[in-house]
Amino acid sequence: MKIAVCISHVPDTATKINIADNGKEIDPAGVTYIINPYDEFAVEEALTTKETLGDDSEVIAISVGNDKNKETIKKALAMGVDSGVLLKIESQLDSFGIAKALAEEIKAQGCDLVFMGKQSVDFDNQIVGQMTSAILDYSCISVVVDFKLDGQDITCEREIEGGKEVVAAQLPCIITAQKGLNEPRYASLKGIMSAKKKTIEEKSAVETESNTEVIGLKKPPAKNPGRILGTDSSAVHELVRLLREEAKVI
Amino acid sequence: MSEQTTITEILKGGEFLIKETDASSVFTPEDLNEEQRMMVETANDFIQKEIWPNLDAIDKQQEGLTVNLMDKAGELGLLAVSVPEEYEGLGGDFNTSTALIMEMGKSYSFGVSFAAHSGIGTLPIMYYGTEEQKKKYLPKLASGELKSAYCLTEPTSGSDALSAKTTAKISEDGTHYIINGQKMWITNGGFADILITFAQVDGDKFTCFIISTDSEGFTSGNEENKLGIKGSSTRALFLDNVKVPKENILGEIGKGHYIAFNILNIGRFKLCAMTTGGAKENASIAVAYANERKQFNQKISNFGAIKHKLAEQAIKIFASESATYRVSGLINDTIKSLQAEGVSYTDAALKAAEEYAIECAMLKVYGSEVLDYVVDETVQIHGGYGYSEEYPAARGYRDSRINRIFEGTNEINRLLTVDMLMKRAMKGRLDLMGPAMAIQKELMSVPEMGEEEGGILSAEKKAIANAKKAILIITGAAVQKFMQNLKDEQEIIMNITDMMIELYACESAYLRTLKLSSMKNEEELKPYVEITKVYFSDALERINLHGKHAITSFAEGDELRMLLLGLKRFTKYENVNTKELRRNIANRLIEANKYCF
Repeated sequence: MKIAVCISHVPDTATKINIADNGKEIDPAGVTYIINPYDEFAVEEALTTKETLGDDSEVIAISVGNDKNKETIKKALAMGVDSGVLLKIESQLDSFGIAKALAEEIKAQGCDLVFMGKQSVDFDNQIVGQMTSAILDYSCISVVVDFKLDGQDITCEREIEGGKEVVAAQLPCIITAQKGLNEPRYASLKGIMSAKKKTIEEKSAVETESNTEVIGLKKPPAKNPGRILGTDSSAVHELVRLLREEAKVI
Repeated sequence: MSEQTTITEILKGGEFLIKETDASSVFTPEDLNEEQRMMVETANDFIQKEIWPNLDAIDKQQEGLTVNLMDKAGELGLLAVSVPEEYEGLGGDFNTSTALIMEMGKSYSFGVSFAAHSGIGTLPIMYYGTEEQKKKYLPKLASGELKSAYCLTEPTSGSDALSAKTTAKISEDGTHYIINGQKMWITNGGFADILITFAQVDGDKFTCFIISTDSEGFTSGNEENKLGIKGSSTRALFLDNVKVPKENILGEIGKGHYIAFNILNIGRFKLCAMTTGGAKENASIAVAYANERKQFNQKISNFGAIKHKLAEQAIKIFASESATYRVSGLINDTIKSLQAEGVSYTDAALKAAEEYAIECAMLKVYGSEVLDYVVDETVQIHGGYGYSEEYPAARGYRDSRINRIFEGTNEINRLLTVDMLMKRAMKGRLDLMGPAMAIQKELMSVPEMGEEEGGILSAEKKAIANAKKAILIITGAAVQKFMQNLKDEQEIIMNITDMMIELYACESAYLRTLKLSSMKNEEELKPYVEITKVYFSDALERINLHGKHAITSFAEGDELRMLLLGLKRFTKYENVNTKELRRNIANRLIEANKYCF
């Protein structure tokens, strides 16, 4: 079986983000990029699935972006993915544009099982998996914390408010990974060295356009400094007064 | 026009003192390739996920924890980097192992266990083992299945290692040796499977053996209660009639000192790489704390006194990292050129490390002292919280101290630096006296005013050339005065070594910045130029002071005046507003919230 794992190249969550001069994009200067953390769970699950199958299955990493995404693809190759595809785009696409590009490639590759993170930590839309499945007419199970494959049958646990839901589906299917699905492996030194010999196919993404347009990015407002009103119960009165009269929350 | 040559000469060990280095030939951290960076990233992941959450448990020596972590490191390939592929290692080059060991410097006690195993515990077999020994041990050492310890020191022989009392006697049937003695301060002593052990055959033939800790008669003492690196196992080991098969002799009988000393050359280099990595981490901790802690209604990183400390940490680290990679590059290039002549990797690595033994000794001193400086100021920046185990500054502080002691104390390494330099000069490997005489002549003549060379870092270029002259005239005068007895003038030797170390640090920072000037625009280069200038400004004063101590101790009258005049002339540097430059450097650290150069 051919298994696809879709990965995105995102700013490190610890990095300081600045908005570019045009007000619509992230300023890439000084930003460290990493593989999207949720996609790491997807890579791990794809690799474990291949290892469990123990047949001639292969795992292909697909990423939509530019040359910089190759770093992230190489990370996946070093973790054990067999080959990579970089779908190049000229300008940033919205979730639908990315879903279309991915769907086209998944179809071309003939992958029946697809893993990706439940969301990318850059724009957090949390819909690429679902959209891709709709375009391909695949099933989709999102926010998955446990995955089992038995022949054509898939059983997953997914997180829902206050509990877990068990969902069954059949191949072809897209799984979006949630934290807790597994513990992603390290890129071993041997893996890094053998990644050199693996291929990354580069091609232009299918002609696709966005349905939405980003008009502007804004940083969250700066937090006001906190105030300590006192250290014992005598401060409660004043606290209640301020919450009511100044903050107007009660 | 003359024909252009593209061959860059690799300077031999010690030649930095008499020759100029071409910046384009120098290896810098910026030269690490993508694969090497990914490997460093894996080491970093490992440290963040496996080591840092377990630091307290490691320091309490929780049963089996370090062994388990070593196994994990082995699975990732971290123990296999420098082992050749034919012995199931990764066959990484020397620069790769430098980058990795530097990263492991962030792992506190675990780094010591790691380095003792993969460095001094593995390399003797790799370099001196027979084919059978290599096949038997290296794959298991590379995977971590076997863990190793290096046993040189004894209760009565530390710095004077060759006076070891452990004995090895051939058995009556001639099949094995019977070993008796005690080893002291053995890292990994509590869990090692094999010991690289030194003993005297027939009373005076210093010889290296591979001993299995399964052997009858082997016992280990209790864990030492140490000042720092509490998580690394350190024990006394006892060998009571331990039988060791003849085929476990490593190298030749009576040639153990080659192994002991050559392995230490590499050990010293690696120690500097580790301390530099540790210093980077500790400096990052200091910056992050200074950005968080508020006093007088503002972050303490706003205060000039704190900015000074943050900048000074970074300046010293920059010099130390530049020097580490410079020597790494020299060793790497030498290995590659020897391999091109058909020498095997292991023989080439050994020769290369011997070639740069002077540099390795200087680095060991410098790296460990930079780390000690950095951890001390990190505690100071933390104030009272620096003294509390709740914060990481305290662990960094206590774990640093050992580095000035093991792998040859810094005093021994200072003595060795000049001793090796003199031996090379006597053997004609290094022409020190020629240049020293020429400078003496130059001193007698009217100083040539000459035009100032323009261009980037031209003042630094001149300062380096001059500092070399200062060191050469003082060394030359001391040799003329004391001849063979110079070795008894340890204070002067320390002075000379300290000057050499400061020069090497200056030149390394300068070369890295100069190399960066071809990759970065003026704005991007500015921080590096500022670091270099502040370092030069202080280091030349230190060189001057060490020189003065040396000169006044042995020269009199006209000679004294002439030498002091020369020293003054050759340690001159432009006036630099170090306060402003330090503030600029600190502001960049504060913005990045970590060490960022």
